[in-house]
Amino acid sequence: MTKPAVEFRDIEMRFGDKVALSGVDLTVNRGDFVVLLGPSGGGKTTLLNILGGFLEPTRGEVLIDGKPVTGIPPAKRPTTTVFQDYALFPHMSVAGNVAFGLKMQHVPRAEQDRRVGTALAMVGLDHLGQRRIHELSGGQRQRIALARALAVEPSVLLLDEPLGALDMKLRRQMQNELKAIQKRVGTTFVHVTHDQEEAMAIADLIVVMNDGFIEDKGKPERIYLRPASRFTADFMGESNFIDGKVAGVSGSSVRVETPLGAFDIEGEAAPGAAVTLSLRPEHLRTDGGGDRSLGRASVLESGFFGTHHQCTAKLAAFEVPFKARLPQRETVTPGTEVEFSVDLSDIVLLTR
Amino acid sequence: MLRNLPSWLYAALIYGFIFLPVGVLVLFSFQDSRVPIPPFNGPSLRWYAEFLGDGRVTDALLNSIIVAFASSAVALVLGFLAAYALARHRVRFSSFWQGLLTAPLTVSYLIIAMGLLITFNALGIPKSLLTIGIGHVVINLPLCFAIVYSQMGAHQANMERAARDLGAGEWQVILLITVPMLWPALFAAFFLSVTFSWDEFIIAFLVSRFDVTLPVEIWSMLRTGLNPKTNAVGSFVFLFSVAIVFLLDLVLFRKKPA
Repeated sequence: MTKPAVEFRDIEMRFGDKVALSGVDLTVNRGDFVVLLGPSGGGKTTLLNILGGFLEPTRGEVLIDGKPVTGIPPAKRPTTTVFQDYALFPHMSVAGNVAFGLKMQHVPRAEQDRRVGTALAMVGLDHLGQRRIHELSGGQRQRIALARALAVEPSVLLLDEPLGALDMKLRRQMQNELKAIQKRVGTTFVHVTHDQEEAMAIADLIVVMNDGFIEDKGKPERIYLRPASRFTADFMGESNFIDGKVAGVSGSSVRVETPLGAFDIEGEAAPGAAVTLSLRPEHLRTDGGGDRSLGRASVLESGFFGTHHQCTAKLAAFEVPFKARLPQRETVTPGTEVEFSVDLSDIVLLTR
Repeated sequence: MLRNLPSWLYAALIYGFIFLPVGVLVLFSFQDSRVPIPPFNGPSLRWYAEFLGDGRVTDALLNSIIVAFASSAVALVLGFLAAYALARHRVRFSSFWQGLLTAPLTVSYLIIAMGLLITFNALGIPKSLLTIGIGHVVINLPLCFAIVYSQMGAHQANMERAARDLGAGEWQVILLITVPMLWPALFAAFFLSVTFSWDEFIIAFLVSRFDVTLPVEIWSMLRTGLNPKTNAVGSFVFLFSVAIVFLLDLVLFRKKPA
């Protein structure tokens, strides 16, 4: 029975009157790639700083490998961090940077050299050991920061928006590399980002944070396809929301009255409660299939996005235009009418 | 070219005004006769030989070097530690401490010298090279603090944080990260302090007795009348200052990232 890599127990963090985190409980299993996702000010970086020992929570307890770490400074924690600006030491060579943590641990020289070599090889930069930091590109610096943090073989590696400074293409490439390296070394990674695509691409577990709370946590597919809250549905890509009221419950099926008629959706809700139905744009069908028709809609705007057409279209019975993703080869022009239909299993019932 | 004539003239006047006295001083240090007044006959190095052969002058020279380097080193260490504390830790009344540290920059050397003199007398500390050194720490500490403090940015704070995260203790952070990253500022502060201490007269004059620094020795030489030897010593003092300023410029300019 192995202990979880990290446990947060009822964490609260106040800065003066401002509550940055409240009632945060989270368990991270060993070897998982966990992504803390949320808008800025959501508390994700604060939580990471608490884990790294840069902040002490005002209440609650943090355990790493089953041991409480309250009061233990960053230097003595089995965590290392990849910082957003990398924070590489400009007056040292690449190898000097990677060896820094090992030097602090008084690892013998020969062992240092071996581990620096291994860490640099892991990020594919073993030929750059003697370079100076200012001679490296952004992507290379990012890799060196990763190698430096991993060289000391931490229990948990913390990544504070490490890809934020890279351009989009490099960013997607580094995501894949990060994921591959994590699988290879098997270290627990806790990664902070506000980019939901990045989160879905790399995470084993996504923790959605908003306003100092954990909104939702789960596997990427679950978070995207069956979000637990309206905030999560909205933050994880686009969604159409239909407000309604629970008219009746039979077994695990809930009947929701909406301006577009009644829907029978799988889920749990109290009769009479105000609820929201969430529908992803790519789940709107125009091929006439699906369990249920929503009626005809007139197209307001349409744009080609490469993999699909993105359009907004207004249904006569619903005031907010729907966002829809239509197939790549299907051309729709503003002013034309389309018939929307859906599979009821694609609709998510949200009670908060 | 002709259109620029007024500005050329103006520049010549300004630079002449600034540099003519120094030029005359240096020129007549090479005088071959006994008085440093026109006509110039020379050049000759006899007065340089004379001053290097004068035990009092060479003693004063050595004293000046000791005081300048030792007091600058102390001022730099104290200034750096104060800057590190105020830049990196949350200190109550931080701006008050900053003001207090830099305040001596606004006080005239004469007032500082009088204050020191009274304090040393009251405490029974005999006047010596040590008291001159203390005086020079008083005037150079604010300068070192201000220079170092202005260069301590958030960027370095992040690197210090990274070093701590990788297991470095507080002294290791300072010695392995902060100092190497700040070294251009530390270098500049140190050598500016050296030049200020090297030139300083009033404090050195008031708080010294038997062991004196070069400016005080020059002053006592001047009391016996003008002499090309004084010019030679003065030229040497000037050359030393210029050399340090050049060194600073060279090192710091070279360090500037492209």
